[in-house]
Amino acid sequence: MPSPADYLYTQTHEWMKKEGDILIIGITRFAVDELSDVTFVDLPEVGRKVAAGGTFGEIESVKAISELYAPVAGEIAAVNDALKKDPSLVNQDPFSKGWLVKLKTTAEPHGFMTAAQYDQVHNIA
Amino acid sequence: MTESTVPLLKTCFYDFHIRQGAKMVDFGGWSMPLSYRGIIAEHEQTRKAGSVFDVSHMGRLHFTGPDALRFLQHICTRDLSKAVVGQSLYSLICKTDGGVLDDVIVSRFDKHWLMVCNAANRLKLLDWFKTNSAGFNYQIKDETMQTAMIAIQGPNVIALLDNLLPDPVSTLKRYHFLTQSYLIAKFTVFRSGYTGEDGVEIICGTTIAQMALNMLFKQGRDISSAPLQPAGLAARDTLRMEAAMPLYGHELHENIDPISAGLQWAVADEKPFIGSVALAEIRRRGLETVLVGLAVDGPRIARQGMTIWAGDKEVGTVTSGTSSPTLGKVIAMAFVQSVCAVPGTALEIDLRGNRVNATVVKLPFYKLAKADT
Repeated sequence: MPSPADYLYTQTHEWMKKEGDILIIGITRFAVDELSDVTFVDLPEVGRKVAAGGTFGEIESVKAISELYAPVAGEIAAVNDALKKDPSLVNQDPFSKGWLVKLKTTAEPHGFMTAAQYDQVHNIA
Repeated sequence: MTESTVPLLKTCFYDFHIRQGAKMVDFGGWSMPLSYRGIIAEHEQTRKAGSVFDVSHMGRLHFTGPDALRFLQHICTRDLSKAVVGQSLYSLICKTDGGVLDDVIVSRFDKHWLMVCNAANRLKLLDWFKTNSAGFNYQIKDETMQTAMIAIQGPNVIALLDNLLPDPVSTLKRYHFLTQSYLIAKFTVFRSGYTGEDGVEIICGTTIAQMALNMLFKQGRDISSAPLQPAGLAARDTLRMEAAMPLYGHELHENIDPISAGLQWAVADEKPFIGSVALAEIRRRGLETVLVGLAVDGPRIARQGMTIWAGDKEVGTVTSGTSSPTLGKVIAMAFVQSVCAVPGTALEIDLRGNRVNATVVKLPFYKLAKADT
């Protein structure tokens, strides 16, 4: 399944979507499939400032723990509280209901991969 | 990162795994299915209905000759002379100092013995046997590549196989086996497994194995409303953890003795074997550390190597941990100092810099209600 065309993608498998001054961030289906069943998502407090490339949390699965990286600098405006109750939302719907955080930012994301580029790098058809 | 230059071995079910969309991993030098549809889904399928696991990567070693039993008695901790034809015994193989080289299942056939060992230890054991063979007249044949092995596990499995196979499985006792024929194909059904469920493990020649697997799924669908599904190594791992079965490389390794690992029941005290002197001494002195179960607070998984604390004292190390799908909480196994091993003892685990509460609990975490057999 191709990754959504209207998102941008990092090398560390985060996706992002700009809506005004808010950047919605999640991780890709490819990354979720690599992680296997997600058991816990450690997300930051609302209001925390994060640097570009800095970690904003961790995602843990039966198999592994992986850090989550902010693509641009900003301030956490919201976190997906539904993941506290049901972390498997990330497995079920990584590109929509399984979003992770909303970042308030003035930075314009650039230098990231398009869906076509991301899918090509990871052999996603 | 080191790249292995040796190509991974493939079981005869490799194409099946790929067709089923399995995520494949390197396990003990073999390319094996980690999971097909999701670890938790496969785990729950096994607890509620039944799953089929490809375990052909495990070593299958065939012993014959006049001294076969005498040699096996020399290398195994268990007293195998007590096995009758048609019976299997779990055993350890130890070094002289009592450290565990592998855990195995040894089965007594009419004219030979079969040892099933861990995939990653097969070549090491073959070397070990060669080194210790002086004075024993026996032959060993590695049948791993010519045979296949599947585990079929879950509450529906025995009834389903009774319908499917020529001879009944329900009358087989735990840790007993029976060789059956279907047309011209011969296969052996062992009532054993590594999931904490009832079920069987079947060994057959590779030439009929794929046909047998397809038949199992197809006919299983025809006669059962909850047909069998394939399950991978990841679910096998979470299932065995709930059942508190040791995994080599975690609860067992060359620097752990079987007594500390809670496997005294598999160590004979009335026959000599390699390691028997050291193990008798360990028994006499008493144990410094023992294997315990831990119920861990919170959602984060305690993993192998994490340190366990009692106040400001380091008292142990986690060997395995997972988020238990059946219990809905995080469980772990760990070696801790004997004084901390009493169920109910409150300890802490260092989970990546955060101390998390853990309580010592009785093993296993999950146990099947006693069946009539």
